[in-house]
Amino acid sequence: MNDNQHIRVVVGMSGGVDSSVAALLLKQQGYDVVGIFMKNWDDTDENGVCTATEDFDDVVRVCNQLDIPYYAVNFEKQYWDKVFTYFLDEYKAGRTPNPDVMCNKEIKFKAFMDHAMSLGADFLATGHYAQIREQDGKVEMLRGVDQNKDQTYFLNQLSADVLKKVMFPLGHLPKKEVRKIALEHNLVTATKKDSTGICFIGERNFKEFLSNYLPAQPGEMQTFDGVVKGKHDGLMYYTLGQRQGLGIGGPGEPWFVVGKNLQKNILYVEQGYTHDSLYSDGLIATDVNWINPVESAPSFSCTAKFRYRQADSEVKVEVLEDGNVRVIFREQQRAITPGQAVVFYQDDVCLGGGTIDKVFKDGSFLDYVG
Amino acid sequence: METIYLDHAATTPIDPAVIEAMLPLMSDVFGNPSSVHSYGRKARQSLDEARRTIAQRIHAHEKEVTFTSGGTEADNLALIGTALANKDRGKHIITTVQEHHATLHTAEYLEREGFEVTYLPVDENGVIKVEDVREALTAETILVSVMYVNNETGTIQPIQEIGDLLKEHQAYFHTDAVQAFGLLEIDVKKMGIDLLTATAHKINGPKGIGLLYAGKHVKLQPLAYGGEQERKRRPGTENVANVVGFQKAVELRTNKEAEYRNLYQAYKELFIQTLQEEGIAFEVNGKLENTIPSIINISFPHMNVESLLVNFDLNGVAASSGSACTAGSIEPSHVLVAMYGANNERTKNAVRFSFGSANTKENVKEAAERVAGIVKRMMKNR
Repeated sequence: MNDNQHIRVVVGMSGGVDSSVAALLLKQQGYDVVGIFMKNWDDTDENGVCTATEDFDDVVRVCNQLDIPYYAVNFEKQYWDKVFTYFLDEYKAGRTPNPDVMCNKEIKFKAFMDHAMSLGADFLATGHYAQIREQDGKVEMLRGVDQNKDQTYFLNQLSADVLKKVMFPLGHLPKKEVRKIALEHNLVTATKKDSTGICFIGERNFKEFLSNYLPAQPGEMQTFDGVVKGKHDGLMYYTLGQRQGLGIGGPGEPWFVVGKNLQKNILYVEQGYTHDSLYSDGLIATDVNWINPVESAPSFSCTAKFRYRQADSEVKVEVLEDGNVRVIFREQQRAITPGQAVVFYQDDVCLGGGTIDKVFKDGSFLDYVG
Repeated sequence: METIYLDHAATTPIDPAVIEAMLPLMSDVFGNPSSVHSYGRKARQSLDEARRTIAQRIHAHEKEVTFTSGGTEADNLALIGTALANKDRGKHIITTVQEHHATLHTAEYLEREGFEVTYLPVDENGVIKVEDVREALTAETILVSVMYVNNETGTIQPIQEIGDLLKEHQAYFHTDAVQAFGLLEIDVKKMGIDLLTATAHKINGPKGIGLLYAGKHVKLQPLAYGGEQERKRRPGTENVANVVGFQKAVELRTNKEAEYRNLYQAYKELFIQTLQEEGIAFEVNGKLENTIPSIINISFPHMNVESLLVNFDLNGVAASSGSACTAGSIEPSHVLVAMYGANNERTKNAVRFSFGSANTKENVKEAAERVAGIVKRMMKNR
């Protein structure tokens, strides 16, 4: 035994393999580990089985294998108010929201963190693929070692103050290794499929799900020149750069979504993956969070991601007076999508990020969303 | 840190004397009570004796006691068994909104099967009105099911009065007496009870064994089919060791109900007194004078039951919330909602503490001090 036994770590456990192994590793390191399952969404599958009940059952089994106490906590109301409402509002505004970023900001690392602290926890741990480095009193968040799994993109809204109380036990491991550890220890979740997509939608049909909450208003698909190319099912169902599901045939290159006009309920489409209208050279981001105050502000160079699992691009960031940022791309970018996150990096250190609000090219804003 | 068990309404530790009594039934006396040989007869002898002893405790005849796997099965057999066997006399059933789910969910099942169910309300003290039962009765009513003691609040229901009322009516009277059995004296004949549910593990007996008393006159259809055991009401080879454990648990309490009540009442009062001395805010749910000594349900204003229970557990105090909170789905307790309405804060911060054989004055006081300490800390961090 070591001193870790007096350090209480609450692990957010989803019933998946990652958080299971996170709990296992902490237990092996001798911490006072407490597993907690968070219920954010009420859902039943096609057999009438509550998916949360099934997942909690896996949490129970894993915790019993590890001999740690386990509990559940309900954040359905907070999730609805802080994440789902935002999610719907963004769609209503014709944008493409990122509920995972919001969930991390408002639920996992706020409401859940508060809950963990109220249970006497010293740290909150999750199975995210990200690393925390503490150096000379400065806490930084680094990309996970597994570049393909790195989840710092979704964690860009955390602050150093929060990260001080966080552990990411999987940050230094490749996903393959995590599965291997789970198998070696016969964890019941070892071969469980990774969850895909947004937690509350799950495997379901996205269109059908959204139509339960937002009225769909079908309208016309047009080119920027006003040539009608067909009908769309409702602007919210489409995202910039999308090719699938447009149903436009004919000769030549495939068609892509290049913009939306909310007032006229028009979906703009153009031909070709590399169509000029999909490209931009800068953006304005709002709701900007810096994990640590940016030293070289108001203007500095770094790299950025505009989508999850995208390679970094070189950018110049200008911090504006209102706290928003203007991001200038070194090379033109395709399908920069309002509502998604832009996340900044200095080598492996995640600096923070914001929400893409406006996109521009040659000094003028693009009416991707108008 | 010593852990302190305050959840005897959920289950109790088995008394060592009960374990002792069960052991021979798992070794020497292993026969099947239905067998025609000496092994079978010996087992049957134990079974008969146990049934007689237990039946006597509620003033029933031994042939009126059917052993089941526990309270839930007994409730199911009482409701479904009488409903199916008596539907020619009517299809109306009366119960209350605050029953255990073993009764409520069975009643809901019967509704889906075409029976009509009236769910009587309770007042703010958690008690049903006999007058409401009278008014709900129709010529079609075949069963009235009212629990004896509520498992969440400990509130005692007017069983004798309902029994008296129903003596003049065709409807059978069923009571789920799981929380009362062994602590309150029960006389099914005097009280006009036609069917009664009890279980062993709430009185320091083994889990997996309960009973349904059904008066000789009660028409009951079984839920399962097979052999001739339990007079065909519950076929399947009898769980003799558990039945004998049940018997022993009953014997240990025979004529000692008042003694147990006084002891648990003292625990309850000490618990409340300690909380008061510690100066924390709390409200007792239900009317204290009308609750069974072993159970107290307390709301802690401004607290959240999820954090409370986890903190209690992490500090070695085992209690529970009446509400089912598996997988984080906190349904506010249907019992407290029935008493106070769905919007009352009391339904969201209530904890049930229940006293029993794992307690001493010292550990009850210690538990109350720990509870108060946690509440104080949580108030400070709000």
